[in-house]
Amino acid sequence: MKARVFVSLKPSVFDPQGHTIVEALHSLGYAAVADVRQGKFFEVDLNVPSRAEAERLAAEVADRVLANPVIESFRIELAPEGGAA
Amino acid sequence: MTFAIVVFPGSNCDHDAYHAAKHVLGQDARFVWHKEASLGDPDVVVLPGGFSHGDYLRTGAIARFSPVMSAVQAFAAAGGPVLGICNGFQILLECGLLPGAMLRNRDVKFHCELVGIRVERTDTPFTRACAEGQVLQVPIAHGEGNYYAPPDVVDQLERESRVVFRYANAHGETTDQANPNGSLRNIAGICNATRNVVGLMPHPERACEPALGSADGLLIFKSVVQALAERGALQAAGR
Repeated sequence: MKARVFVSLKPSVFDPQGHTIVEALHSLGYAAVADVRQGKFFEVDLNVPSRAEAERLAAEVADRVLANPVIESFRIELAPEGGAA
Repeated sequence: MTFAIVVFPGSNCDHDAYHAAKHVLGQDARFVWHKEASLGDPDVVVLPGGFSHGDYLRTGAIARFSPVMSAVQAFAAAGGPVLGICNGFQILLECGLLPGAMLRNRDVKFHCELVGIRVERTDTPFTRACAEGQVLQVPIAHGEGNYYAPPDVVDQLERESRVVFRYANAHGETTDQANPNGSLRNIAGICNATRNVVGLMPHPERACEPALGSADGLLIFKSVVQALAERGALQAAGR
């Protein structure tokens, strides 16, 4: 089962990379781009029997390793039931 | 007195720390590979600078799970002095021996330059030989040294006098201009609650001889030698 883990800096934490990207976009003339926050995306393949177990394992891995809870938060998406990821 | 210098794949200041301890200060020093389960029986542990595991995922994020880190945790819990320099500091943050985290430098640039750091506290084993308020000239070399911790944690650090170094100009003023990376309250180094674990972003081991542009960093290494000698003398007197 495939889990997608999205890790981003918490809203309260300044994102120097996002800030640089939005400045670059403004210099290219994209004045309508108000803000950019950048983060990380992981596609995690899990050998587990159930969606519940996949969700639990993905959350554990994200909390323990993929994200640093001091500065980052994460969101998990599981591949839709029965469908291809 | 024996220094154990932990070597991770990607450490690149391990030899500098070894040189400072062994050749400049004349102490015993040895390298400990990160896969070792034991540190041996050292008097002080140094987590050196570099790019452990390529800094993949986050700085220090993979290194914290190295087998040797359980031994480092146990050594620290028993009151042993532990110094984390640059990437070593980042590893201490990731493994929870010190609070907070490092963000990308505020200007997104890698900074490699000599900076001033003001010694805030001399009651740690790594600052004993310094004077309070003294400004040390030591180099930094990092892309992720922008110290961050939630406001309540930073307040706690201040309350417990655990900010050990702050970026400062030559007059000891902690101005924004003297802050190379955007660290909260100019924080360059902190210690744990029991004060035996110290982490800092600047590289004292790269400033231990006048030929290197500054010998101020030697005070950090001299401090721990002095602290351990005092502890040894106290123990001997108590017997």
